Amino acid sequence: MDRPNGFKFVGTRPDRPDGMDKVTGRAKFGADATAPGMLHAAIVRSPHAHAKILKIDSTKAEAMKEVKAVVTRADFAEGLTGENWNILENVMAGDKALYDGHAVAAVAATTPLAARDAAKLIAVEYEVLPHVTDVDKAMAEGAPVIREGAADKSVPDGLHANVVRYHESGHGDVEAGFAEADLVVEESFKTEATHQGYIEPHACLGQLGSDGKGELWCCTQGHFIVQKTCAALIGIEASQLRVTASEIGGGFGGKTTVFIEPVALALSRKANRPVKLVMSRSEVFRATGPTSSTSMDVKIGMTRDGTITAGEGVFRLQGGAFPGAPADLTAMCAFAPYALKNVKQTGYDVMSNRPKQAAYRAPGSPMAAFAVESVIDELCKKLDLDPVEVRLKNASKEGTKSSFGPRFDRIGLVETLEAAKAHPHYSAPLEPGQGRGLSCGFWFNHGGETSVSLSLSEDGTVALSVGTPDIGGSRASMCLMVAEELGIPYENVRTTIADTATLGYNDVSHGSRVTYASGLAAIKAARDVVNKLCARAANKWGIDKEAVIWEDGCAKPAGPNAGDFEPLPLARIARTMGRTGGPISGHFEATPEGAGMSFATHIVDAEVDGETGQTKVTRYTVVQDAGKAIHPSYVEGQFQGGAAQGIGWALNEEYIYGEDGRLQNAVFLDYRIPVASDLPMIDTVIVEVPNPGHPYGVRGVGETSICPPLAAIANAVSDAAGVRLTELPMSPPRILDALERQAHG
Amino acid sequence: MQYHTPGSFEDAIAIASFAEGVTRFLAGGTDVLVQLRADIVTPDNLIDVKHIDGVTKIEREDSGWRIGIAVSGAEMSEHPDLHNEWPGIVEAMDLVGSTQIQGRATLTGNLCNGSPAADSVPAMIAAGVSVSVAGPNGTRKVAVEDIPVAPGRTSLEKGELISAVHIPARGSDGADAYLRFIPRTEMDIAVVGCGVNLRRDGKTITEARVSLGAVAPTALLVEEAAEAIIGTALDDAALETLAAAASAACNPIDDKRGTIKFRKHVAGVLARRTAKIAYERAGASI
Amino acid sequence: MSMVHVTATVNDDEVEFLCDPRETLLDVLRDRLGLTGAKEGCGTGDCGACSVTVDGRLVCSCLMLGAEAEGKSIATVEGIADGENLHPLQEKFIEHAALQCGICTPGILVATKALLEKNPDPTETEVRYWLAGNLCRCTGYDKIIRAVMDTASDLRKAS
Repeated sequence: MDRPNGFKFVGTRPDRPDGMDKVTGRAKFGADATAPGMLHAAIVRSPHAHAKILKIDSTKAEAMKEVKAVVTRADFAEGLTGENWNILENVMAGDKALYDGHAVAAVAATTPLAARDAAKLIAVEYEVLPHVTDVDKAMAEGAPVIREGAADKSVPDGLHANVVRYHESGHGDVEAGFAEADLVVEESFKTEATHQGYIEPHACLGQLGSDGKGELWCCTQGHFIVQKTCAALIGIEASQLRVTASEIGGGFGGKTTVFIEPVALALSRKANRPVKLVMSRSEVFRATGPTSSTSMDVKIGMTRDGTITAGEGVFRLQGGAFPGAPADLTAMCAFAPYALKNVKQTGYDVMSNRPKQAAYRAPGSPMAAFAVESVIDELCKKLDLDPVEVRLKNASKEGTKSSFGPRFDRIGLVETLEAAKAHPHYSAPLEPGQGRGLSCGFWFNHGGETSVSLSLSEDGTVALSVGTPDIGGSRASMCLMVAEELGIPYENVRTTIADTATLGYNDVSHGSRVTYASGLAAIKAARDVVNKLCARAANKWGIDKEAVIWEDGCAKPAGPNAGDFEPLPLARIARTMGRTGGPISGHFEATPEGAGMSFATHIVDAEVDGETGQTKVTRYTVVQDAGKAIHPSYVEGQFQGGAAQGIGWALNEEYIYGEDGRLQNAVFLDYRIPVASDLPMIDTVIVEVPNPGHPYGVRGVGETSICPPLAAIANAVSDAAGVRLTELPMSPPRILDALERQAHG
Repeated sequence: MQYHTPGSFEDAIAIASFAEGVTRFLAGGTDVLVQLRADIVTPDNLIDVKHIDGVTKIEREDSGWRIGIAVSGAEMSEHPDLHNEWPGIVEAMDLVGSTQIQGRATLTGNLCNGSPAADSVPAMIAAGVSVSVAGPNGTRKVAVEDIPVAPGRTSLEKGELISAVHIPARGSDGADAYLRFIPRTEMDIAVVGCGVNLRRDGKTITEARVSLGAVAPTALLVEEAAEAIIGTALDDAALETLAAAASAACNPIDDKRGTIKFRKHVAGVLARRTAKIAYERAGASI
Repeated sequence: MSMVHVTATVNDDEVEFLCDPRETLLDVLRDRLGLTGAKEGCGTGDCGACSVTVDGRLVCSCLMLGAEAEGKSIATVEGIADGENLHPLQEKFIEHAALQCGICTPGILVATKALLEKNPDPTETEVRYWLAGNLCRCTGYDKIIRAVMDTASDLRKAS
């Protein structure tokens, strides 16, 4: 960290710059845009989990006078390969519908109702094929093959064709490690797929003229990737498509790819009019990217004093009808919190007749933690050891060789465990019927391609342009960091999410990277501006540029010239910049690689109704290393949001498929995310172990917060119910069944 | 879709009698509009009954109550006398959906939607509520339990609609209660619902009605469950018999909201818990 | 398709519109009146992002037809502030960081304003149950509940 004198702005809690827009209804989200002559689109989707598409007849729809265009797969680019082909196949089915909800055609009409009516008139003839939606069944002998030849070279011989990627990592000798243990616990676990559950359905407004030039407005976590992918899918040059990111109503990883955007553009190209396309909630559930469902086996050995001697895990992930389930990340995260001599993890990426999975907050890590931390909890119970002490004893630290290979840089797991131990929650007495659970969690965090620009205005304010959509208040953090560097008031910095034609490439807002990477870039761009400001002052004073320093928002003569001239505030230099050399801007482009890895420890109390199996979370504390909290309120918000999503995942959220392979709960009524009355206040402790890879020590905070909850809640429920729960969600029928199995021995 | 706003029941009946295709009545719309948006049912004729005189009133009737067919759940909850006399019915209705849903949803709509899981229906059955059914051939009074005939279907004939809900007089030493089981604390459809209405003499229960929802194609009036507690002081043995009778009466399905086994078990648990609340509300203590 | 003619009041302004009988009040507000503050998160009354009040009663505008608005007085998030002065709830939501993405915020503000008008001194539990039909996926509700309780407390002191 390179601000030894502390911070003036960073760490304060000013109002967010977009607050006014968002409390007044003025903020423009994906579905809030309009364009003259705009059409509305609707998508025809497969009602079958797996079916050959024999014929698509749109005659009746096209006979409606309101209908202006119909598109099918034939209206998209040909000859794509790799992930672009996968995405296109997912956006619009080719020969086969691969899951319930798979898009097969789309129509644009003059009103939303006409578009919906027309979609119903498009007749699709299918030949229904056998399907599979469960991960274990999908890799078993005889399972229907989703697509021959989808597996890559990593997959060992002899596995089902639905196993498309394979991962293995670790070190030491696990068998030798288990032999050293006083107790070895081995358990199998399953988790169901969950959805990010953002409240804003995907929405976009696209225009593609016959001149091949396009404009797209959409809610996305990354408009640059949308630009690149859409251009490829509709067969134009990326530079010909300008994409603007709207305000985004939640993403959590689910808005890092495209679903409807290429369809709107293809329809627009055909109709030669702007086309708006907004998903319904059921389309969001059926046809965007939920998480993988998993099947996992974890085996851990421990000595009586709590030393883990070996850990081994097998992680099978079903990621829908395409390769890409994060089996590798799941495996790599599983044992990351612990310094193990012997560790081995294996991951299987398995295809099934479900929608193509997408990222959801630390993809894979929450499931891995559920399995591993449950087994550690079981070991602690059986060996009568304190769960915090055991974790402290085995915790990864700076220099530890991680379970996935590299040695850790400075990390803060021990600090979160110490803070959890010291927190009053950990020692508070429990009411009868309640149980307490604890878990650690890990996420890598990401840097990614980043560019920003910062321009000075004559009135002494500055405008920062970033290319990372603000998904949780990041504009406030950007403004704070720039204010800190320049020494000007927070209010004098305005941060805008620039479109793809205005700024260099930016990776998606994912990997908890925005405050880290765009923040780092903003700081460097501000320093670039400071250099230029100092040069102007040096020029004015007739001294060397090196003899000017920037302090408290002013250029000051330093060294031999110290005190020779009155300090020049930023506003004074700005006012005259037109006459002293022209406009002043700073910029920074890089792919920063020092995103500090992040750990958290969560403590949960839960109460289980033994007669109905209902669980109530009664107390929740999140302790997480943020490196440095730029705007603590929004750091706490990330901690609380991750915990709440984890509570939903642990207790009630799940994709429910029927025997027919159709999704049965594609509405919020039956896809049960936590409501306000389900949750307690969520206490937070921000631990700050600075990340050496960021000028202020920032680590990403968005994702790690969802890693511990599944396990922490499972451990609390198991403590309360007196029986180990190994399947998520821990729905009331599952808990009652577990209680019954235990009662019958 | 044609949208109609008749000003009288006669007009509503006339429109419904001669309408072709699918006809739906619109009161609170919290089911009709969901079905419309989800493309489950798009009626050819939608008859908005809120412009008919008297449909938004809660009135005394023979020491009981007459509830207009467009009275919202929120209006029932805000009515102190109704709530005091029939907390089971009012709370059951209040469990339907969110605060926003309560601003629109009605008892009649909850009944006519024909869902086996409708919260207000077991509460109304337990309370002995009846409805007036108006149609081309005049008006008849029908017990609530005789309205639903199958999931999504009612006994109403073409051209008929419910014109009022009649809640009997509370009388002394009696009370009702309704509980449901859902996985969350709010916003779910009942996995099991149970309504109990009883009267006591001293500590002894003299009258009782027990109704279960979401455990059969229609809400059930379970006489064996009532018999299990009549003549008792709701002692542990009576509660156990009650629970067993409730579980035995269930004829549920396995679905996304619950399993057969779970529903049968929880029906017994809820019957016990609901009966205790009604008993205590009636002024007795266990 | 015959359109329905409707006259109503929205945020104290008289409005007149034609709509298809299948259009919801939410469709009308957003597509015909240009008031995009109310959001469609689900279209089935499960998320509350489209909350408005109709004659003072809190409802989901996705579960009411535009045609039903005839003669009604409708209030949306756009009408909560008094000119340039934010409503205390709006100020407290910003101060408490009670929003992250902000998509649920309009509905939650409309809903909590209705709550505080009915019950100026709600308990935490009452606030949580009142808002059970307003889904927020970002915040875990913690800061929302705090902002509402703090506003209620300030409003009580002021009155």
